Amino acid sequence: MRSLLAQHRAAAALTVQRMLAAPLATLLTLSVIGIALSLPLGLYLMVDNLGRVAANTQGQPEISLFLKDNAGSATQRDIEAKLDAHEGVNEYHFVARDAALKTLSKNMGLTDAAAVLGKNPLPDAFVIVAKLADPDELEQMRKEMQTWNGVQTAKLDSDWARRLNAFLRLGRDGVWLLGALLGFALAAVGFNTIRLQVLAKRDEIEVSRLLGATDAFIRRPYLYLGTLQGLLGGLTGWLIVAGAFALINLRVAEIAGLYGMNFLLEGLALHAGLLVLVLSGLLGWAGAYLAANQHLRGGAAAI
Amino acid sequence: MITFSQVTKRYRGGTEALKELSFTIETGELVVLTGPSGAGKTTLLKLIAAIERPTQGSVLVHGQNVGKLTRGAVPYLRRNIGMVFQEGRLLFDRNVFENVMLPLSIIGMPHREAAKRVRAALDKVGLLSREKAMPITLSGGEQQRLAIARAIVNRPAILIADEPTGNLDADYAAQLMDMFSAFNQVGVTLVIATHHPHMAQHIKSRVLNLKAGVLQA
Repeated sequence: MRSLLAQHRAAAALTVQRMLAAPLATLLTLSVIGIALSLPLGLYLMVDNLGRVAANTQGQPEISLFLKDNAGSATQRDIEAKLDAHEGVNEYHFVARDAALKTLSKNMGLTDAAAVLGKNPLPDAFVIVAKLADPDELEQMRKEMQTWNGVQTAKLDSDWARRLNAFLRLGRDGVWLLGALLGFALAAVGFNTIRLQVLAKRDEIEVSRLLGATDAFIRRPYLYLGTLQGLLGGLTGWLIVAGAFALINLRVAEIAGLYGMNFLLEGLALHAGLLVLVLSGLLGWAGAYLAANQHLRGGAAAI
Repeated sequence: MITFSQVTKRYRGGTEALKELSFTIETGELVVLTGPSGAGKTTLLKLIAAIERPTQGSVLVHGQNVGKLTRGAVPYLRRNIGMVFQEGRLLFDRNVFENVMLPLSIIGMPHREAAKRVRAALDKVGLLSREKAMPITLSGGEQQRLAIARAIVNRPAILIADEPTGNLDADYAAQLMDMFSAFNQVGVTLVIATHHPHMAQHIKSRVLNLKAGVLQA
């Protein structure tokens, strides 16, 4: 047990020594891995931040019922009764056309809109807050209310939110796709650098085998190298994204300030960052394992 | 004990290196394998260390059929066999001490104990004062002695050497053979291949003469 520990320590020391022996090559390899990782990471964070914005502004799902011009108070009471009985309705309130015009005038700074227009162009309306949040069920409910007597138009106010959500879903799919592709690239980079290392140390490997080294012993320093390379590459990716977001946030703060908002992009959370490190370390390990095994089991070194 | 029974080794392409070879080497014996180049000496040594496997017949080392060993068992066989190669096969990016240290690192011996053993092995071959030197700065004879130190540091029961005196002048070669003879006296089984017949005469040994893959009477 102690000897195995000592062997691991020796392999790890050898790895660090070898990385430091070729600083430029090490730096370039880490940059390649870091940049490859920073692309999906950056995209992920962008989508994540957009999702946050969407979640904040989406609010509760609302359906507006605009009544026909000729709908009288009887129709209005009829609709009220239907809304009271409807199980999908959380609450609703009636907005009379005159009240709506007043609010509009006040909000838009049009003091005497009615006088200019001559006639109030707004319809009576019900604003309904639904119990449901599922977009498909909301759409079902909107269609149902559209058929009610006296209703001119039933409008779902979350249309834009649904479109945004669809785009966000697309973005998330993109993140996974890009992540998978670049993860593969990372393993390939790991495989290739380790393969070159293995070829450079061919003599050493052959002599070690003749002296009774097991495959595990020979693989060990390369597995350390691959894993360390992956980890440091992941860390580089994290740093690149953190740096880029810090820069972008300077501008975002400026723009948000102009809109009277207090908004900053959120960087990679600690647990997500650690997950990235674990994954990149694993991919580096996998690449190294494949490279070392290919050499050990290959025909060229069948000793 | 090493036993060859009816061993034939045919390489890909049909060359027969060894033909139905049978002999036994007792534990503690010193055997010199002679014969011209291409007689099959190297192949015979490779079969003992499971570097090659016989096409037919069996090779037993300490009762183990080495031709049938699994891939995972081969390293453990080799830890009991010290090997000296014609070209030395030293690692030129490590110093003398580290070269001899390698077999002990492989078996995971604690550093302190291993360092003692390395120095003892270097002392035996007369290289103790050069432990910090890089192999490239050593003479041909010194490099070969370094290779021997590496082969014996793990105190193997069997030592095989392929043309260990190949590139050395006669004096150096004689020195080396005396060294092998000394190892044999402490109980190590030795198999030395050489195409210099006088090397066999220099030390007291049993001679196996190989010609075109067949043992000569």
